[in-house]
Parts: sequence; structure tokens; C-alpha cells
Amino acid sequence: MHRWDLLGLENTSASDIVWILDTAKSMSDIMTRDIKKVPTLRGKSVCTLFFEPSTRTRSSFELACKYLSADTLSFSTTTSSVRKGETLADTALNIQAMGIDAVVIRHQSSGAPHYLAQKLKCPVINAGDGMHEHPTQALLDMYTMREHGVNFEGAKVAIIGDIAHSRVARSNAWGLTKLGAHVVFCGPPTLIPPDADKLGAEVVADADEAVRDADVVYMLRLQLERQSGGLFPSVREYRELYGLNRRRLALAKRGALVMHPGPMNRGVEIESDVADGPQSVILEQVTGGVLVRMAVLFRALGGGNEWAGS
Amino acid sequence: MGWLIKGGRIVDPANHLDRVMDLRIEEGRVAEVGEKLERRASDRVLDANGLVVAPGLIDMHAHFREPGHEEKEDIETGSKAAVMGGYTTVACMANTDPVCDNAAVVRYVIERGKQVGLCDVLPIGAVSKGLKGEELAEMADMAKAGAVAFSDDGRPVTSASLMMKALQYSQIVKKPVISHAEDVSLSSGTSMHFGRVSTRLGLRGVPSAGEESIVMRDVMLCREVGGKLHLAHLSSAWSVRFVRWAKANGLRFTAEATPHHLSLDHDYLLEHPYDTNAKVNPPLRAPEDRAEVCKGLSDGTIDVIATDHAPHCVDDKDLEFDQAAFGISGLETALPVCYTTLVQDMGMSLSSLITKMSLIPAQILGLDSVLRGTLTPGARADIVIFDPHTERVVDVGEFQSKGHNTPFAGSKLRGWPVHTFYKGNLVMTERRLA
Repeated sequence: MHRWDLLGLENTSASDIVWILDTAKSMSDIMTRDIKKVPTLRGKSVCTLFFEPSTRTRSSFELACKYLSADTLSFSTTTSSVRKGETLADTALNIQAMGIDAVVIRHQSSGAPHYLAQKLKCPVINAGDGMHEHPTQALLDMYTMREHGVNFEGAKVAIIGDIAHSRVARSNAWGLTKLGAHVVFCGPPTLIPPDADKLGAEVVADADEAVRDADVVYMLRLQLERQSGGLFPSVREYRELYGLNRRRLALAKRGALVMHPGPMNRGVEIESDVADGPQSVILEQVTGGVLVRMAVLFRALGGGNEWAGS
Repeated sequence: MGWLIKGGRIVDPANHLDRVMDLRIEEGRVAEVGEKLERRASDRVLDANGLVVAPGLIDMHAHFREPGHEEKEDIETGSKAAVMGGYTTVACMANTDPVCDNAAVVRYVIERGKQVGLCDVLPIGAVSKGLKGEELAEMADMAKAGAVAFSDDGRPVTSASLMMKALQYSQIVKKPVISHAEDVSLSSGTSMHFGRVSTRLGLRGVPSAGEESIVMRDVMLCREVGGKLHLAHLSSAWSVRFVRWAKANGLRFTAEATPHHLSLDHDYLLEHPYDTNAKVNPPLRAPEDRAEVCKGLSDGTIDVIATDHAPHCVDDKDLEFDQAAFGISGLETALPVCYTTLVQDMGMSLSSLITKMSLIPAQILGLDSVLRGTLTPGARADIVIFDPHTERVVDVGEFQSKGHNTPFAGSKLRGWPVHTFYKGNLVMTERRLA
């Protein structure tokens, strides 16, 4: 039986990606209506199982459920029995036993969604696993790019920052390259994983070179605790070498998009005048996030049917 | 009563023997090896036609978990697993609870092994008290009680100074110090090999250099102060190349590789993403590392095949990958994995295989003086008889070990042990415990 999990973009085909983006687009009118609700998933229940703090991804999934009339159950480590030493599998099996139709999971361990997909009968949607993948983030990024006229075939997307620990970078690399984009990774060598080029991206050391002629400049969040881990010497130096400012952005194509998955460290990886400037589509990414997650939930719970409109 | 083993291919590297012959067991010892031996009235006959008859295998690196972690394995289930795998002697690592760092625990392990009585269970004492890496454990005392080697295996001896002292002490106890080469500043928090697969799976990886640098350190310490050094589970190409170079330059020490590092690499985890059965320390490395480990085994750089049998219960393995325990339950598949990989696929001679799985381990552990690892008349009749032809699928449901954690589950292998003799008694026959 076909499973409608979304575990990552590595194993999602280009046609599936396009289907999700198209479906998200056709759902976009729901969000602008007076009554933001369609009955599509009425009677379905979705559990968001979050083992890591998150505000926007979780809110985005929950709103996506609500707009489609699915019921949601929130489960997070602070309110669960996980702290009492229950295993992930037991937690998930208990939730399944309550009649849940799909599980959205965020977990600090890479592969946790794959692990759950082997245990559960219902579809599993990956909302970010460790340093592995964050497929709905990449899909919303691609949605936003497409909305702003980026034609993936041949487009240059520079992803700058902590590639090693970034599930966002990995999912974007898989998704974008499947649709023909040229992905460039750039960051300090201590934050580039081994054989990063095997993910289909070009790896360059110099941020100016990465940004030059890019269609999209995608800045990753710098986890400031990486500094105490010795992975870069200082925030000040990092900002000079890899931060996005107006000078650096001017090297990109005229009108290139500025993107960031949030939350931003203003003044570290991105200067405020760029983050809030005319080329920034950072807030539109958030809007796209709800749409893409609606499409992903519809795919998971709709049994592979085409969206017939509302 | 004795046994007459008829018509088997007798492989006894110590006597340069590889020929179809008969073997007689009398009073628990090999009585004679020869062509067309007469059956005596008291002899039971075992037809070994088409099978290989070799000295019982000797594993110098296993974890039987007792005392303390009997949920994972105990000396009885470990011994059963051993004889199913054709092993008649197993040396057990010290990372038990309490740690095997004093003569009392050494004697306990030996005593339990004797009670079970299926194979020799020989304790390896800890190098440092409590495996803490701080103070030397009472190596001489433990050696007197029966410890056959010393190791903090499971973790490295982080301090070069302590490792040097252990090597110095190994001179008076005349037992090897077994080095688990790992630089914890590189390995901490990692769960697989550092490379393209760890990048793809988003898992933290340990660079090979962490193993190589400690391998080099320990070989140089041994050069400096002497002593007996044995390197456990080499997994990286440069470790092997360094060992080859050091031996060519006259340095004397020994090294082992495991069946899983000889047969698998990190691509397994691309085919089986996040399969914790392949989570092992040192990790399955790149294909080029595996190739060099195999080459090192063939050219004599690597002396021994040891299982690093590391059984775990399902609760320790059925977890998120980074949370799961390290280790592979290896005793019951070691011979078939090695036969299939090395003899069948790579063309290694049976004699070389048995040399590395029995004769040399006996020599390193000092058991050659009592004729272990050979079928020389007079030797204790510890014998494995295995089938080089019949292919079987690895079924963990049949394991005697409590640990079902193996990446070989479902693999089709040849070279399965069919009978095991221990002290002249048939302890396993037709793949069942006697």
C-alpha cells in the first residue's frame, strides 16, 4: 500500500514537488477569504508531535489543519510523558491508538520521522529532524521563489551559513536541484559537512563569489552557541565573512530575492536594512508555509486525490 | 569413548595441512590425523564428507556483558552463541559492571565459564581502575588470576602516559595490551563515519583521523618502551597503511579486524537509512577503507579476525539512530561472513582464514604453548567443522545470543559451522546445541 509520508525531499520526485507547489497555489485563495475554512479534511485528526521548541513551524502546521477543518492535537516534550522516560515509539503508538490520522513530527534526532514511519500505520510528515531534512521549509521556500518569478531551471540559489547543521540547507539542495536549479553552499569550512558537493550543490568558500549573479540569496540562521563549540572564532568575524549586507547583496542579480528561514539574528547573518528591504521575501515565506503545509496535509490525508478546489 | 571424524578436509595451518583426511579424538584430545584411519570399537563416527575440519575458532574480542548487563548477554548465552559460531575460546572484554579490573572479577568470569562448560571463557582485565583512564589496574594480580590480556575497550585510554605505563607493565605480565584507538575529542556525540553518508543522513560523523592518530600514538609508545601491543578493530585505510609501514620497519605488535569492517561500509546506511544494526564503534567506514582492511588482512598487515561481539537488547537498539547503542552481535555469523567475503568472494585460502581466526589469536593470547589453535596430536580436541557449500540465510530468530543486533540479518552466506567439539565433546551438532 502506498504511504503518503513526507520524510524528506531526497526521496520525493520532481513531479511530486511540483504537485505540492501547484496544490499550494490553488489553495492560496482560502487564506484571503472572510471565512478561512474549507471542509476538505473535516473529521480527520492530526497530531503535531514536537520534541524541539518551535513557534512558526508548529503554528503554521496547526493553522494549515484548521483552514482545512482537520482537528489538531498538540504534543510537545514539556507536556508529555517523554520526560518520564517513554520511548519515541511508545509515545507515537499511544497517540496512534487514540485514532490519529497523521503525525507531524519535529525531533532533534536525524531519522526520527523515518523511524516513526516504520512503526505507525498513519502517514508521517517531517517537520524537521536533527541535521537531516526539513522538507516543508524547502517546499515553502520554493513556493515563494516561484511566486516571485524564479524559474528554477538554471537559477542560482546561494545558501549561506551553517550548512553542516542545517536541515534547511539539505532539503533545499535536494528540492531545488531536482527542479534544475544551481545550488551554491557557502560557509566557514568548519560548518561545511564532508562531501557536501555530493548533495548536488557547489561548495564555495567566499561569500562574495557565492552571491555573485545569484537569483536567490538564502541566509541560514547562525546558532550562536556554535561559537562556544569552537566552530567559528567570533560573531564579528563571521558577520564580516558571511553576513549579508547591502554591499554584498549588490553582487547578486538585480532584484535577487533575499530569504531566511527564521528566526533571524539581525546584525549577525543578515543586516536589518537587507532583511527589511525591498528584495526581502522573508515574511512571504511564512505565508507560503501555511499553504504548502495545507497541500502536504491534503496529500497525506486525501489518499492521493487531486485538489478539486474549494 | 572417542570420535572418528571421517573424510573431512582438514585445515590445520600450524602443521601446513590442508587435505582430505580422518581425525581421531581420544580422551578429549586429538589422537591422530591421517588417511583412512581404522575405526576402533569405541569410536563414534562423524561423517565430514564435503565439510572442513579446523581447529576451534578463538575470538580475542567479545563482550559477554556478565556481570552486570545480563539483559544484553550472559556467559551462558554468550557461550552458546560461541559454539554455534564454531568458537571454542572467547576472550571477554572488561567493560562489565562491576568492571573486570581486579582478580575477583577475573576469577568470577572464569568460574562462570567453567560452570557453563561449552567453551573457554577467558577474561580480559581492564587497563585502568574502573575504566576511568586514570590509574593503572592491578594487571599482574589479574594475570595471575587468569586474565589473558588487558584493555579498556569500549573506550580508549585517553592518556598517552597511562597507555605507556600499561605497555611497560605488559612486559612483566607478558600479556598484550589491547588498544581501542579513538580520539574522544573527535568522536564525542558522533554515531557513524564522517563522510558523504553522514552528510546525507544528517548524522554526526567521526573522522578516521581520530582512530589513525591513536593507532600511531600507541605503536610509537610501544616502540619507545616495549611491551606487547595489540590493536583492536582497525577500520580505516590509513590505520592499515601505517601498521603496514610500521611492521615493515621492524616494529613488533599485532592488529585485528572484525568481520563487519571486512564486509560492510557506510553505504549500507544509504540502503538501510538509520538502521541501528549498523551502528558500531569504530563505524563502518568508506568502501576504500574496507578495501584496505581486506588488503591488510590478505598481506599479513592484520594478524587476526576478532568479532567484537557486542550484543544489545532490542530496547537499546530500537531507537532513534543517535540514541541507539553501538555494537553488532557477531559470534554466530563471523565464520560465514568471513568465509563468504574473504574465501568465496576474494579468493583467500582457507588456511589463511583459519590462521587468522584460530592460530594467531592463540599465539597472541599465549595459548599456543598448550597447543590451542591447532589439530596437532596431543592438542585438546577443540574443533569446528563447517560447510563451505550450503547457503543459508541469517535468521536472528535462531540466534543463541540475546543480541539480535546484526546488519547481516537476511544475508545469504556460506561457511556455516555444522559441528563444534570442545574438549572432545560434541557441544554443537547439525546446527543445534548438543
